[in-house]
Amino acid sequence: MIVRILGEGQFRVDDSVAAELNKLDIELEAAVEHGDQAAFSTALTDLLATIRAQGSPLPPDILEPSELILPHQDSSMDEVRKLLTDEGLIPG
Amino acid sequence: MLMKGTAARMGVMKRVSLVFKAKANKALDKMEDPRETLDYSYQRQLELLTKVRRGVADVATSRKRVELQMNQLQQQANKLQDQARKALSMGREDLAREALGRKSSAQSQLDDLQTQYAQLQGEEEKLTLASQRLQARVDAFRTRKETIKATYTAAEAQTRINEAFSGISEEMGDVGMAIQRAEDKTAQMQARAGAIDELMASGALDDAVGGKRDDIQSELDMMSASSDVERELAMLKGELTASAPKQLEGSAANGGSQNAQQAPPAQQQGPYAPPAPQQYAPPQVQQGQQDQQGQPPTEQVQQAQPAGLPVSDLPGLADEPQDGDRS
Repeated sequence: MIVRILGEGQFRVDDSVAAELNKLDIELEAAVEHGDQAAFSTALTDLLATIRAQGSPLPPDILEPSELILPHQDSSMDEVRKLLTDEGLIPG
Repeated sequence: MLMKGTAARMGVMKRVSLVFKAKANKALDKMEDPRETLDYSYQRQLELLTKVRRGVADVATSRKRVELQMNQLQQQANKLQDQARKALSMGREDLAREALGRKSSAQSQLDDLQTQYAQLQGEEEKLTLASQRLQARVDAFRTRKETIKATYTAAEAQTRINEAFSGISEEMGDVGMAIQRAEDKTAQMQARAGAIDELMASGALDDAVGGKRDDIQSELDMMSASSDVERELAMLKGELTASAPKQLEGSAANGGSQNAQQAPPAQQQGPYAPPAPQQYAPPQVQQGQQDQQGQPPTEQVQQAQPAGLPVSDLPGLADEPQDGDRS
């Protein structure tokens, strides 16, 4: 499974990690929904740390879309909200 | 907004990835011949590469400007520190206190800039890496594009084009956002740097307490200028008394010095000799011997260590001409 951390690049992560990622991701989503800044920061930090620890960076000459895409480390909740709308942050 | 509702939770990661894919598909749908997509996309990639490189250069420029300002602020802080030391050595604790107050204000600006400088540096690094990644992807895309065009008919090519396209389009979206972030940071930084430049130009930064620009320095200069005059005067007198008999001393002092009125001719010694000099430490300069024989030159007053004096006495000594002392 290929995961991208925005601003950082793509990682190949073993499918066995998916359950852990999903659990954290649901927490992240709930935090954004409730505007809970502390929970948001914790969940995002944990998610990124897990991917960095469990994944290996994808070689740069491989052109594959990612199955999962994560906001970058310093994202605000507002940025993440905008990412979730298609007219949001992604240019072009 | 999107989060509301009863839809089963999908998680942020999946949703963001779907948004990216939707974007790529929309662009693909616009093309009649899928192979056109390849060339069109490749052009866009090259443009983006140029843009990201320019972004790196912009951040670097902005970072250098901040660096320059940090140096200026550091110099300002050092200068104020020196002024404080000097003021204190002249017994002016009030001036020293003011200089230190301004120094702490410059220092806090400096600390602030340092934080932002680190952020800009981080942005520059990220953007540089993003530009390298994009370059590698664009190269890969070009190879893939040529292979696809050479090998497949338009119909067959579709799937492969879609893969290549969504791969590169995700990368482009990511890099595009990174450029946007860097531009925002740079713009903030520029605005801030502009404001600090204005502050520095207006003198407000070295004027935390509200006097005129660098009044500390002008006061210190005044004090030390007047003590320079006195030192030179004393030196001249010393030379004269050492090289000539006594009668020369008076005329030389009267005619040669712009401060003639402060230098008592020898014959005036009697009536003018004030008792004051004895309470001051004798100056360390070489004409000390001559001075000790009862000629009470005012330079002793000027050169005397102010530390021994009440602070309030000093400005008077520094500002007023010597004849004031004598009257």
